[in-house]
Amino acid sequence: MLNAILLLLSCQLAGEVISQYFSIPVPGPVVGMALLLVVFHFVPAVGDMVRETSNTILRNLSLLFVPAGVGVMLHVSTVFDEWLAILVSLVLGTVMTLTATALTIKYVSRLMISRAKGRL
Amino acid sequence: MSPARLADIWVYLSASPLLHLTMTVAAYVFGDWLYRRSANNALLNPVLIAVVVLVAILVATRTPYQTYFEGAQFVHFFLGPATVALAVPLYSNFARLRQMWVPLSAGLLVGAMTAALSAILLAWVFGASHQTLLALAPKSVTAPVAMGITEKLGGPASLTAILVVSTGILGAVFGPTILDWCRVTDPATRGFAIGTTSHGIGTARAFQESELAGAFSGLAMGMNTLVSSLLIPPLLRVIGVVSQ
Repeated sequence: MLNAILLLLSCQLAGEVISQYFSIPVPGPVVGMALLLVVFHFVPAVGDMVRETSNTILRNLSLLFVPAGVGVMLHVSTVFDEWLAILVSLVLGTVMTLTATALTIKYVSRLMISRAKGRL
Repeated sequence: MSPARLADIWVYLSASPLLHLTMTVAAYVFGDWLYRRSANNALLNPVLIAVVVLVAILVATRTPYQTYFEGAQFVHFFLGPATVALAVPLYSNFARLRQMWVPLSAGLLVGAMTAALSAILLAWVFGASHQTLLALAPKSVTAPVAMGITEKLGGPASLTAILVVSTGILGAVFGPTILDWCRVTDPATRGFAIGTTSHGIGTARAFQESELAGAFSGLAMGMNTLVSSLLIPPLLRVIGVVSQ
């Protein structure tokens, strides 16, 4: 487990350094994730080492959002003043994003299947 | 024990990170327990319950958020390693990913654009401030990354955090129903759409539908961090929310 944590932290640290050094818009942890994928590709055995710890973290992922969520306390006035704009944006935006993503995948898949059949 | 002695202990504990760290985990465990007891009623989302309980306690005890966060930061910190850990489901579902590569990429691009544009345009129409627009743009991206995006654009990162959590809860609560209405039945597609829209909180929900949906939700969340980080800053420049 310690090895896994060390690997995750090292990837994040390296990602952070790369993100800052090259001042790229991608945040450090995301660069770290890409780095870990590269590590998996070249040293597949590493996957077994981090799998258990990673799955434990990901299974409890929602817990990690709680401290940020409690931050709503800091923005009571903004949320109060602009509640309608925020509510509409959150609710309709979520519905639109979900629908757009799912239907795009569905119809592009269907298009590819019918094309593949046409070729036969 | 006298009340005065208890008050002393309270003063001592509220200055140490232990109390608020324990409270954070306890509130979540309570939320999760309630959620399971209700036979996974999506409205009783564990994050939502934990946030409501904690805010109520903090307001009642007049504890400032900064004091709370000194304890809660130890939980918050793990968002970074958790983002790195997403490489694991990404890698183990690589075969299925490669097979669905084209439709998923199309869905992700359309989804990421829709998320940012719909959030900004709807809020702008209803008169949101410029700072709020910057905070809303990355709301479908997982918290640490979304906060990073807003920060780099010069917006309020802590407001982003709440909007991200709210979007996550909304997608987790209503996502499956909306997908049913759209007659989307393939678990991989359902998971991917939920993850693109509602990041980690959605992923936790997708894992309950099926292992496959969960994996693809995690996959979408991971890919969306990359795509949105690259896409949102230029997109905001094009529509004039951020100056050149």
